[in-house]
Amino acid sequence: MKIADKSTSAEKLVRDALEKAKKYAEYNIFTFLNEEGALKKAREIDARIKKGEKVGKLAGVPYALKDNFLSPEGETTASAHILEGFVSPITATAVAKLEAEGAIMIGRTNLDAFAHGSSTENSYFGPTLNSRDKKRVAGGSSGGSAVAVALDIVEFATGTDTGGSIRQPASFNGVYGLKPTYGCISRYGVVAMASSTDCIGFFTKTPDDMDLLMSIASGQDPKDMTTLPDYYNATDASLDNSRHAPSRPSTIGRPRPKGRSLRGSGAQSAPVVADGLESSNARVRVGIIKDFDNESVDSDIREALKNKIELLKSKGHEIVELEMPALKYGLAAYYIIVPAEVASNLSRYDGVRYGFRSEKSDDLDSLYYNTRFEGFMPENKRRIMIGNFVLSSGFYDAYFLKAAKARTLIINEYEKAFSKCDFILTPVSPNPAFKLGEKVNDPVAMYLEDVMSVSLNLAGVPGLTIPAGETKDGLAVGLQLVGPRRSDKALIEFSKELA
Amino acid sequence: MEIKREDILHLADLSEFALDEKETESLGGDLKEIIGYISQLDELDTSDIQPTYQVFEMENIWRDDEILPQDATREQLLALTKNEKDNQIKVPKVL
Repeated sequence: MKIADKSTSAEKLVRDALEKAKKYAEYNIFTFLNEEGALKKAREIDARIKKGEKVGKLAGVPYALKDNFLSPEGETTASAHILEGFVSPITATAVAKLEAEGAIMIGRTNLDAFAHGSSTENSYFGPTLNSRDKKRVAGGSSGGSAVAVALDIVEFATGTDTGGSIRQPASFNGVYGLKPTYGCISRYGVVAMASSTDCIGFFTKTPDDMDLLMSIASGQDPKDMTTLPDYYNATDASLDNSRHAPSRPSTIGRPRPKGRSLRGSGAQSAPVVADGLESSNARVRVGIIKDFDNESVDSDIREALKNKIELLKSKGHEIVELEMPALKYGLAAYYIIVPAEVASNLSRYDGVRYGFRSEKSDDLDSLYYNTRFEGFMPENKRRIMIGNFVLSSGFYDAYFLKAAKARTLIINEYEKAFSKCDFILTPVSPNPAFKLGEKVNDPVAMYLEDVMSVSLNLAGVPGLTIPAGETKDGLAVGLQLVGPRRSDKALIEFSKELA
Repeated sequence: MEIKREDILHLADLSEFALDEKETESLGGDLKEIIGYISQLDELDTSDIQPTYQVFEMENIWRDDEILPQDATREQLLALTKNEKDNQIKVPKVL
């Protein structure tokens, strides 16, 4: 991600990106193209460079913004009818940080309405098409962002990941996609889905770009009380990690045999915090989940995993077989906890203060009922109703409380796993991109897409999708690298070993 | 678990949205399937396990109780509705 270094100009970069966005219009990637605003910003940056003024680390870099991040540029709709016409007066902290470094948003990208979905087919604006095969889904919910990066329209794109919404579309389109540790990046100004699992992250073409974006976006935000102090950029002495993470079995300080460099040649010398990989010479223990190695996983994906395991072995890393039986219940727990939080978070959309309002109302109650009836997509309604079901008296103990206990078991299982290994390598989803329409009328089949991704969100641990080749039919295959909490930087660095 | 038509209408009511006949029908089938799936947690032994409701590592962040500058003004917020009059938002009759 090179700053405009006078061999090109911000204006040219932005014009090229906008042109490509139009060329690929049939993919339905963007809900809004920021032509005027982006070109104006580009010219400002060019003028500053010409004057010799200091510009940011992302000066002139075009990017795509998932349409659930608030900013005054274009309508923020979350691809939902009920937010039609909503132009935000405020700017999300993550957006403000990127733009302060000179990044230029060229468009807002399509998603499953309110990020409810795994294919981007639940969008009010219709599905986004897969970058490799237009008859297949982009994945979701951040489908537009993944395809925008995969088709090289932009250098990077933002995403949100509540249960796999960054990692799965990244996998379906052959790009890097990171869901950071819970609390790493401020969620202020991002449309809430499920507050205990929502994370903000990015799509990039390289690990180094991911590292740069993380170093810019991470950190505590007074406007989001669930942000952690900036561990991503912390030097080892400036932050006492153990104080904030008492329950995680520590691998800090574990001695490692010398021999290999963990860090790629292009990386800065910033320390890798949180899991003891600050040693530059490390043999890394990579866990493989035995429970995921079965016939329900596509053979091309299993093959890709096998290849990467061999690669790691050839580089001298150790492979550790893990049994994580509780993960089997992750999906059921997720589809109780998340709908419960969705029902609560989406109760604010009532047609009164902003967005769409139904015309068919004769009193206040019918205004609420009709606005929400017309404004939500069927999947939004399913999740809200399931949420209200699992929270209602008579069912609370059997569903919501039970799921909250299952969550504890899942967290314990990750802690146990990370006492035996440094990272875990798994598939992202059981299959590569599926055909448009194949699962849209079968909600449980669609939910099963998330079976390997949701447990990370329940545990709050980071996961990075890495491109891992393609299927016999040329579809992209990704794998996810999972680490303990706060290991984001080490995770990104280690992904270079798998390239 | 059986999901009756009145259960669907009750859940729609809790969710504060209307449903037409077609959606009542299709959501009924969907919900039955989804609840069937999530009910598999029954088989998981969770005795003596404490529930987890959030995974944020830190607790209470305090600040002084003072009014801080806000990102949006009253005028900007009111401009978001098309039904504003005298600094108030108009809605249909309540009673």
